[in-house]
Amino acid sequence: MRSDGTADGVGDAPAADAADPDQLTGERDATRPPLRVENLRKEFGGITAVDGASFAVADESLTGLIGPNGAGKSTTFNCITGIHEPTAGAIHFNGENIAGLSPHTVAERGLVRTFQIARELAEMTVLENLMLAPQQQQGEALYRSVLPRFRDGVIEEETELREAVWESLEFFEIDHLAEEQAGNLSGGQRKLLELARALLTDPDVLLLDEPFAGVNPTLETKLLDRIDQLRAEEGLTFLLVEHDMDIIMEHCDPVIVMHRGQVLAEGPPDEIRSNERVVDAYFGDEL
Amino acid sequence: METWEDSLGSERVLSTYIMGIMSDRGSQVVRDNIGGIIVGLSGLLLLADLAGKLTGGGLTPARFGGFVWDGLVIGILIGLAGIGLSLTYSILGFANFAHGDYISWGAFSGWAVAYLLAGIDRYAAGGLLLIGGGGGPAPGDVGISITNTPASIVAGLIVAVGFTVGVSLLVDRLVYRPIREADGITLLIASIGVAFALRYLIVFFFYNGRQGVTDIGRIPTYDLAGVVITAHELTIVIVGLLLMLGVHLLLQRTKLGKAMRAMADNRDLAQVTGIPVEGVIRTTWILGGGLAGAAGYLVVLTQGTIAYNLGWLLLLLIFAAVIMGGIGSVYGAIVGGLGIGLASRLSLIWLTGDLSSFAEPVAFGLMIFVLLFRPEGIFGGVSTA
Amino acid sequence: MNADSLPADSLDRFRALLERSDAALVLAVMAGFYLLFLGIGAILNYDLAGLISILGQVTFFTTVYALVVLALNLHWGYAGLFNIGIAGFMAVGVYTMAMLTAPPTGSPPGLGLPVAVGVGGGMVAAALVGLLTALPALRLRADYLAIVTVAISEIIRLTYNSPAFSTFTLPGGIALGTGGASGIGNFPSNPVRGIYYVNPGSASSGTTPIGTAVFGFFDNTLGVFRSAVIVDLTYGLLLVVVVFLIYTLLARVGNSPFGRVLKAIREDEVVAKSLGKDTNRFKIKTFMLGCALMGLAGVVWQGFGTGAVYPQAFRPELTFYIFIAVIIGGAGSNTGSVLGGAVFANLLFLLPQYLPNIIEQTFAIQASPNTFIAAITPIAAGEIAPLVGYVLNQRLPALRFVFVGVLLVYLMQNRPEGLLGHRTETAAAVDLTETNRSGAGPEQTPDASGVADGEGGVDDA
Repeated sequence: MRSDGTADGVGDAPAADAADPDQLTGERDATRPPLRVENLRKEFGGITAVDGASFAVADESLTGLIGPNGAGKSTTFNCITGIHEPTAGAIHFNGENIAGLSPHTVAERGLVRTFQIARELAEMTVLENLMLAPQQQQGEALYRSVLPRFRDGVIEEETELREAVWESLEFFEIDHLAEEQAGNLSGGQRKLLELARALLTDPDVLLLDEPFAGVNPTLETKLLDRIDQLRAEEGLTFLLVEHDMDIIMEHCDPVIVMHRGQVLAEGPPDEIRSNERVVDAYFGDEL
Repeated sequence: METWEDSLGSERVLSTYIMGIMSDRGSQVVRDNIGGIIVGLSGLLLLADLAGKLTGGGLTPARFGGFVWDGLVIGILIGLAGIGLSLTYSILGFANFAHGDYISWGAFSGWAVAYLLAGIDRYAAGGLLLIGGGGGPAPGDVGISITNTPASIVAGLIVAVGFTVGVSLLVDRLVYRPIREADGITLLIASIGVAFALRYLIVFFFYNGRQGVTDIGRIPTYDLAGVVITAHELTIVIVGLLLMLGVHLLLQRTKLGKAMRAMADNRDLAQVTGIPVEGVIRTTWILGGGLAGAAGYLVVLTQGTIAYNLGWLLLLLIFAAVIMGGIGSVYGAIVGGLGIGLASRLSLIWLTGDLSSFAEPVAFGLMIFVLLFRPEGIFGGVSTA
Repeated sequence: MNADSLPADSLDRFRALLERSDAALVLAVMAGFYLLFLGIGAILNYDLAGLISILGQVTFFTTVYALVVLALNLHWGYAGLFNIGIAGFMAVGVYTMAMLTAPPTGSPPGLGLPVAVGVGGGMVAAALVGLLTALPALRLRADYLAIVTVAISEIIRLTYNSPAFSTFTLPGGIALGTGGASGIGNFPSNPVRGIYYVNPGSASSGTTPIGTAVFGFFDNTLGVFRSAVIVDLTYGLLLVVVVFLIYTLLARVGNSPFGRVLKAIREDEVVAKSLGKDTNRFKIKTFMLGCALMGLAGVVWQGFGTGAVYPQAFRPELTFYIFIAVIIGGAGSNTGSVLGGAVFANLLFLLPQYLPNIIEQTFAIQASPNTFIAAITPIAAGEIAPLVGYVLNQRLPALRFVFVGVLLVYLMQNRPEGLLGHRTETAAAVDLTETNRSGAGPEQTPDASGVADGEGGVDDA
């Protein structure tokens, strides 16, 4: 259940005979990358955090985004998801330029992100955190939650969502924390909550900002497998910011490298690994 | 049958229409400038109308001058009080709802002493200290005025400043220091508690009515091209300007002033660079509290009456001034104060008769307007979160 | 089990019941207050009519405070909207009601509509003013919103106070009036009177059959012939029903997806937005609903309760009393709101009104000087009676507020979650801990202290 904002309310696009991709905005189209950043620029006062970055995220891919600290990765995420308004440039999501749209509109379109420092809703329980995530819940309309005639429908939907939430809790192995206040969780557990919550929004494209920090290797493998499964079966696309180069090199294709607000390189992991400029940028560190 | 998706759709259309002001990208550009457009147009309209009134009829230059002078006097007082509020806001990080009651305590402490000194030769100390309350000597009998009893008025001002400084520091030590790192809302609520306590302590020690203080019959007035100026108003303007000059020198010429400006900008960074945070905070309270005390004392000098809630009644106007000028900016507070003062008095040119009761709402409306279109105020100051 | 442990055992069971059941808690607290004030009435030698009157007062003030506190809790406890313009919205509700129902020939004139229309109209008007406030102001951060709402509350009060609108005529010749500084003195009479009197507006119109029966019972059997006392008590009971209904409504709002989003907005609005929630829409709806309830509170409190409407009753101090009650009860919980309202109304509002009389009666304190100086100068001679008299007879109302201020500071320093603690109500329409899945569920939950020890495949970095 997700609105894509088009006037005729059609879900998936009949892509084959779409000659002009811009005419079918807001709809998924297998022939074009769902997310494309074009000459993105973001200035904060005197500082240029992002300086003309352009890249594309291929459909159903797990694209990596790496770069030294201060490269502009988080700012790029913030611009894409509407938290910052770009100073210049365009952000194409399913053919529509979403630059400057507010965060909730972007998320409604199917573009969801996690935060580098987990932003759990600390005083709400883990269960409440996850129940929040699914979009367009009936009960989010005030009259439906209150009036007897409609409340039964809300209760029905809540029961369904609850099952999906428990499934997610079990998969992420945090079901024993279900009734805990989210603020009491450890750092790694909060990252898992963050990821579970994002997935429950039923997104098209997911921007993940260091989602595996504090997560043990076994669960990490399980999560990466799940990501691959979601790509193959549900057609999700992932853009992953990571500092753990093993994950990037083993699982991501392509890999985008940012440095000082610009895109330094974009290509398969092997190419990136042997790219001199990339190595220089990291001072021979990780690769 | 209409599905819930359909009803959500039409609801969305309606709400998008209603919320046109807040829609995202398209109207952003318009909205950025619309504040300026409205201000510009309204300003021009008012100026044109004012010129018409001055030349054509209805408004003599003398009366106009009178409004300007009144606005100036009250504006200086609001500005003085606003400096402290603005500094507290930016350096300590919260809106101090007790600031009005510091002002009130300044008034009561100062005037108790002034009354005492003025009448001690003729009346018992007890009745004088209560500033005429409980059947004590009346203003006409004590005869306080700047020309009649200048020494007692000056002494009162000094006591007002000193006492309020003491109260500010004491309250900071007891109330705010234990929760220095708390968020702004918690501190705001605590300041509401302080406000209640201080205000009703005044009632406890003094009284809860309004009491006359100065002897109107002995206040000289001067005529400046038809504008009537009282000696007390003149005193206030002179003292106020001097105080503002002093603050300016303090901020610009001294190391402490620089430290304050740094802290207003970024407290953690200032701490890391070795600026004595608690020392700066102490100075903020001294400066802010002292000016509040002075403002309270001087307000009574011009109004001629004193009441336990006089500061509270002014507080909203002071907030308006500080917000308009930009939180954290001392000059903003001064300019904002003058602006609010002038606006509340000059609006009487157009709000005649029964409408004159809307002078204060106009000032509040001005503040709301500024908050909507330029929350950081005229001088920038600390931006919104 | 020997006889000594039985009282301890039932005390434990009682406490467990209070923790489990909100209804039991509220009833227990109210029972306590009723007993307290009955005791006060006894000490002051009230007759039966006087005792019933006290009970009526307790009921009235508890319910009206509870009503407003519930509304503020919706704004602040749930959605994090720091609205301290409550007095203004209450004023809009009751003034609109008065202007709609006043007879066209009255002074000031009104539209002469029925009372029910007036009440509904008052609530709608308050909601609309709330909308006008919310549209621009909800973008502001919390403390700016606070300042704006106080400013709007004062603008509303000053508008009602202004002589410009004391009486005025709308286009079309309809005359209305706010009464200016004097307000509206001929507020419609309490509808409860319609149960007992043929004409609610006039006692001399004769009693209805119910009225005759009830008044007769109280007069003949109990010796209570002041019927006003009975009417007031009935009104109090009606308000209990009203509070119960509003509580149920707000419980539904809170325990639902809508309420969940509100809580998320309060916690971290950016997260709520990033999950696709249009937070502005939620905030506006919540604001309007809360303001409508504040309008209703104004109607039942200042309107039917006091019987007259005037601007001085709606100064910001009123807002701060409600505020303090919310903080006492703990923001975020509907039950806490009711309890906070009850505690404030009874201990901080009503009790101080009776204390001077009680102390005078029991300790025969006299010599009440009316200035502080006159009260302390005799101390040098060893007399503290004047000071005590001064404190208790003259200045107790003022000291009450000093105490309230100190209490607020204490709470913010030590117990920001409120005096009654952090009671949270889960924001869902169903019990989230139930599930149909096998092998999962809360039975295996380790106790809370074991949370952070890395269970569940997580490495702590």
